[in-house]
Amino acid sequence: MDDLRKRAKELLETSAVKVVIGYEQGTANKTRALFVEKAEDADCLIFDSRCVQNLATYVTKREVKDKGKMAITATLPVMRSIIQLASEFQVNDNNLLVLGITPESKLVEFKNLSEVETFVHQYQIEIDAKNKEMLDKIAKMTQAERWKFWIDELSPCFKCYACRAACPMCYCHRCTVDFNQPQWIPVPSHELGNLEWHIMRAIHLTGRCIDCDACYNACPLAIPINLLTKRMLEDVKINFGSYQPSIKADHLMSTYKPDDKENFIQ
Amino acid sequence: MAEFEPKIVAFVCNWCTYAGADLTGTSRIKYASNVRILRFPCTGRIDYMLLLKAFDEGADGIIVSGCHPNDCHYTSGNFHARRRWIMFRSLCDFTGIDTRRIKFSWVSAAEGAKWADIVNTTVASIRELGPYTEYKIVANNPVKEVSHG
Ligand code: SF4
Ligand code: SF4
Repeated sequence: MDDLRKRAKELLETSAVKVVIGYEQGTANKTRALFVEKAEDADCLIFDSRCVQNLATYVTKREVKDKGKMAITATLPVMRSIIQLASEFQVNDNNLLVLGITPESKLVEFKNLSEVETFVHQYQIEIDAKNKEMLDKIAKMTQAERWKFWIDELSPCFKCYACRAACPMCYCHRCTVDFNQPQWIPVPSHELGNLEWHIMRAIHLTGRCIDCDACYNACPLAIPINLLTKRMLEDVKINFGSYQPSIKADHLMSTYKPDDKENFIQ
Repeated sequence: MAEFEPKIVAFVCNWCTYAGADLTGTSRIKYASNVRILRFPCTGRIDYMLLLKAFDEGADGIIVSGCHPNDCHYTSGNFHARRRWIMFRSLCDFTGIDTRRIKFSWVSAAEGAKWADIVNTTVASIRELGPYTEYKIVANNPVKEVSHG
């Protein structure tokens, strides 16, 4: 990725951007996020198959945003996140430049977000075979089995909120789970509160989640919470047509069609 | 043992279903008394978290009801609500919450008889299903002591 380092250097030297967000070598053969502000530091930037963290989560953070115009190293899921964030007015052409990395690991620089959108729309969001199988397996269970499955899976969650921190779409300054007037969700790690927390999380991400799996990858206990958002993604497709983040689109859950179909209202 | 009396919580909008339920009363239609009615300005205000809280507090069944499509006092609150119900119901189903215990309906201010019918059939079906023990067990589980050592 010499061209990435070179381009980052140029952008910083000419002050076209103030910070380049990318990956660097971390400890234990892991990569981590890097924020390059000086041209000479751009040499630390790397990109390889280990770089799966969704960097889009940083573009809404005050500490990063306040530095000035940002450039971001963006794989396909990161680009999708950025388009979703643009549709929610969180980023725009004035504060973000996208250094795209295609699925073939080629660097492409986009002039503006609408070019990113065009690029992203070439690819459908598809749930991988392993997770699809899991979704089917859960769907085939009886209601009581599903209940037991989720209570068991979610019960170890100790509400560290790493999943929330890793998700680019979880950028609210005050999350419902932090509210204590009223206390919507009980604080202790308890089956009921855990279930409520994850139902809440999945609902708030419905129609917004772009299926990057950053939440699941961040969870120290590897709880398959991404299955909940995947289920919602599938249901969005079934109920409201295909799902692609689009800059100009209304948020799926805050709009409606008079002829939305359901079969359960009496 | 006395017969099981289901506890039903109804979340209704002010303009249609609440008025409809009022009509049921003024028309002197008799219906099951198991239902506690909570009045909201609009179905659009009926947050899914409130439904979870109702189960949490011991409800065996829930009714959510408001104006028919195109009749919303605020034009589109019920359309928005319908979208959310579609997704919420599907998520409940996926997480193993018993969706047979949540009844959604449209009841207008003129449908006093329909309201009585909705309540009666809901009470009958919940009576058949029995108390929502699964949820109650989890809700009443004590918080586990965690040792940090
Ligand atoms: S919920 Fe998980 S998969 Fe969806 S956008 Fe957030 S981090 Fe990515
Ligand atoms: S990262 Fe895992 S343990 Fe932490 S809050 Fe999320 S699901 Fe729970």
